[in-house]
Amino acid sequence: MTITDQPTTTSTSVIGQRLLRKEDPALLTGEARFTDDLQLPGALHLIVARSPYAHARITRIDTTAAAAAPGVVAVYTGADLTDLWAAPMPCAWPVTDDMKSPAHYPIAVDKANYVGDAVACILATTNAEGRDAVELIDVEYEPLEAVVGLEDALSDRIIIHEDLGTNASYTWPLVVEEQEGAVDRAFADAAFTVKERYVQQRLIPMAMEPRAVAAVPQPFGGDITLYTATQVPHILKVMTAITLGIPEHQLRVIAPAVGGGFGSKLNVYAEELLCTALSRKHHVPVRWTEERSENSMATVHGRGQIQDIELAADAEGKLIGLRVKLLADMGAYLQLVTPGVPLLGAFLYAGVYHLPKAFSFSCTSVFTNLTPTDAYRGAGRPEATYAIERAMNRLAAAVGVDPREIRRRNYIPTEAYPYEAYTGLTYDSGDHIKAADIAADLADYDGIRAKQKDQNVEGSTKRIGIGMCSYFEMCGLAPSRVLASLNYSAGGWEAATVRVLPTSKIQVVTGTTPHGQGHETSWSMIAAEKLGVAVEDVDVLHSDTAISPLGLDTYGSRSLPVGGVAVAMACDKVIDKAKLIAAHQLEASAEDLEFSGGSFTVAGSPDKTLPLAAIAFEAFTAHDLPDGMEPNLEAHVTYDPPNFSWPFGTHMCVVEVDTETGSVDVLKYVAVDDCGVQINPLIVEGQVHGGVIQGLAQALFEGAVYDADGNLQTATLADYLVPAASDVPSITLGHSVTPSPTNQLGVKGVGEAGTIGAAPTVINAIVDALSGLGVTDVKMPASPINVWTAIAEATASSGGDVGGAASAPDTSTSATSGEDDQ
Amino acid sequence: MIPAKFDYVRAGSAEEAIRLIGEHGDEAKFLAGGHSLLPLMKLRLAQPSVLIDIGRIRDLSYIEDKGDYVAIGALTRHHDVEHSDVLAEHAPLLAHATKHVGDPQVRHRGTIGGSLAHADPASDLPATTLALGATYVAAGPNGTREIAAGDFYESFMTSALAPDELLTEIRVPKMNGAKWNFQKFNRRALDWAIVGVAAWRNGDSAGIGLVNMAGTPVLATAAADAIASGASPADAAEHAADESDPQADLNASVEYRVHLAKVLTRRALEAAV
Repeated sequence: MTITDQPTTTSTSVIGQRLLRKEDPALLTGEARFTDDLQLPGALHLIVARSPYAHARITRIDTTAAAAAPGVVAVYTGADLTDLWAAPMPCAWPVTDDMKSPAHYPIAVDKANYVGDAVACILATTNAEGRDAVELIDVEYEPLEAVVGLEDALSDRIIIHEDLGTNASYTWPLVVEEQEGAVDRAFADAAFTVKERYVQQRLIPMAMEPRAVAAVPQPFGGDITLYTATQVPHILKVMTAITLGIPEHQLRVIAPAVGGGFGSKLNVYAEELLCTALSRKHHVPVRWTEERSENSMATVHGRGQIQDIELAADAEGKLIGLRVKLLADMGAYLQLVTPGVPLLGAFLYAGVYHLPKAFSFSCTSVFTNLTPTDAYRGAGRPEATYAIERAMNRLAAAVGVDPREIRRRNYIPTEAYPYEAYTGLTYDSGDHIKAADIAADLADYDGIRAKQKDQNVEGSTKRIGIGMCSYFEMCGLAPSRVLASLNYSAGGWEAATVRVLPTSKIQVVTGTTPHGQGHETSWSMIAAEKLGVAVEDVDVLHSDTAISPLGLDTYGSRSLPVGGVAVAMACDKVIDKAKLIAAHQLEASAEDLEFSGGSFTVAGSPDKTLPLAAIAFEAFTAHDLPDGMEPNLEAHVTYDPPNFSWPFGTHMCVVEVDTETGSVDVLKYVAVDDCGVQINPLIVEGQVHGGVIQGLAQALFEGAVYDADGNLQTATLADYLVPAASDVPSITLGHSVTPSPTNQLGVKGVGEAGTIGAAPTVINAIVDALSGLGVTDVKMPASPINVWTAIAEATASSGGDVGGAASAPDTSTSATSGEDDQ
Repeated sequence: MIPAKFDYVRAGSAEEAIRLIGEHGDEAKFLAGGHSLLPLMKLRLAQPSVLIDIGRIRDLSYIEDKGDYVAIGALTRHHDVEHSDVLAEHAPLLAHATKHVGDPQVRHRGTIGGSLAHADPASDLPATTLALGATYVAAGPNGTREIAAGDFYESFMTSALAPDELLTEIRVPKMNGAKWNFQKFNRRALDWAIVGVAAWRNGDSAGIGLVNMAGTPVLATAAADAIASGASPADAAEHAADESDPQADLNASVEYRVHLAKVLTRRALEAAV
């Protein structure tokens, strides 16, 4: 709602304009080319045979019938292909030195460890023939009991990977204490404690475009171009070279138009390795396109955690200690960053609140006979935010104050920024009370509280509730040295090249890999702002390792605060060089030149001016450059951020719950996000909209459900309930702008904020609505039956409708009714 | 998502369709709008060797006032049922229930006959036509016959149609000003109902059809009889699930389904005044 100083803007600023996205005409007209759209004459189609068992020994595979089927060129089992792999599939995040990781190959050899695990594959001349033939592969299995539950996995009753001797992959502790025993003392001294267990259900990322791969051998010499629907072509190139043992310089990875990822395409997948290896073996292009129900099983899942959180607070309800224990579901194998996901949340369990150095965190991760988990929009941070924001409402109830008030008492004060947190990380900037106040105004918080007193009365079957959540997003992955301290196998820098062409058009080459985020538009706006050119005169090149050889790609809301800042820095370097040429041409001292609106002017002599266009042509002809200057006008920057960035905000949600059926109607959703300076508010709003819906979907709709044998019950979109536009509310957006002091653009990032804020907001609202019935928790997703069951259980244990609006039946301080969540 | 191999033939008339299915036998299926059959084929849960496309038989698409009933051609699209003036006047419950089928794309392709012949108890229209006491007309090699909706649904996705019969017409008795209500309880607008209720009442008589409360659509006669005997909607609704035999699934336990049937029936009866 309020705009503070935007450090780089002027009155004619491009930054901050609501420009339509450059990307959209191609996408909306269907002309954008996705991997499956590529025409590749002579390509063979890869079809993967997948295990129907969650846990089974493969005792025999007969491929005879499949090999004889029409159109089939080859059939391979795991054993047939072992020579192709120089190393197992990569896990780039060995979080502890003693982490256990099973060897994972693109096709299983002896044992299938989840439904969907690859057990054989076919190369066929058409996809349809391959799909028919794959049914003819005769695999004999010896089914074993499946491990589905996390606590069952931890018990080691059945060990999935026998050579590891246990299902536990690792335990990662983080204990921060001013003095030893500080956490225990905090709990001993506490006036109030809260102890809660929350379950983060498994989620299927369900990008609009399933995965697709096409590996194309280049003429003579062994070079391969790998087209793939990925978020990470740069990382994939390195990992493919290592895994297949082929020279990295012979690989070119291209991510064509990519239809969303949400973290699920931040990976190195079996099919990418199979297509590459088999195209080399057969000397023809090999392609694969995932089917939707295949995607549900063979592409990573997200979340899957049991969270135990304990808060200790003083008499005023201020946090003095925090304990967190996680049990995290890795699935059957460790994919690229599987083990690190819960750790990304470790630094956010105190949310936006001041916590003394009395924090203990430990995460134990286990293997199960389920699809591997990995990054999913927010990756660790939505889980952490959910736990603290649900628990803060419990604390409010215990203390006997409104959830808004408990937060107000605990927010890190604005004047404390930059704020060194209990974990040693420094939060860059924030103004939490302002964000919460904007949200409360938009949601009519006080009005809803008043309305509850009238509506949530005894016998009422339509109860309203309001919930809130204040959060940090933690973006800008990441300072490379911080990643080193977490045992992550890569850095967190980003690269950019800015090139002024002879005709003064601008090429921006970025190492980020947009797949729906609109980088072409935003990066063009940054360059246009910096160089004083029109947005249309900037072209952004990306997602092809031959064009953009350096980069660490797009995930974790890192692109703008790292990659976008790198673009701005490269523009500065271009201007610096252009200034030397201008000084030479204008026979002036460089110090006397001013750059504005795309032209250099000698200070005090407004007629002595030289536009960038003229300088670009000079750099091209090189007829009269300063002595020793290289004839080009381009600059390259690789930027390693000094800190994470810390977007923050407050969401609020008003729901009406039908207590007879358990149905939840979202009446209003308010999102106030402060992502620092906004390059393009239209894109920011789109990111928040999508993020909120994805978080709301976890709260109300989605969940990957398995039966006791490890069969996925929600493999189609009829059973896995991705909400449609008709199922979700309009979203009221507000914002504040608190620039990040750590980068020249003042930007923070916005990709995951909505998802991080939404799930706890919605569940807090539902619990608030039902607090008068004694409900203190509702299982996610809060489906009608789960809400109805929560009401039935609460009513049974309290002996019936406890009446009254928003009383606090489970606390000893229930006198201040009307304000409590519980 | 690629079906198993099948042959395709197109019928130009009902007679040709019946002749073709006689030629191809048990392995053939009629294809109308395709919104139930094609997904099953793509998942390879159905693998007919021949599809007989009846979708272009224009003379099976009509809605006509026949005096005491409305005749609806089996290939009438849901969209046309939804927007029919004749049905709005004489069988508004059916037109309204049809609004709840799938989404606009589905309603522009799917047909009323296809939906009924598929005999899915979770579909909206079988229970609705059952509540309305509709009669279906089937044509076979030996001519046509009428089948009461109450006799049509034999078990899960199995109807009284013989393999060589084609559903050609649905006859819906006029509602004669009866009050009605349709309740569809689901999680997303385009989903099948977790439980649905189609109800009407007119003086002492009432009809209540339940969606997804057994292997077939269910006529809740005990609740309807209670209304006829003067019971309140709340008391009548206590009997809503007497004839049901629901299954548990991801969205509902048996107990919850029975509870929903009672709540939704009460609401439907309360609203139908």
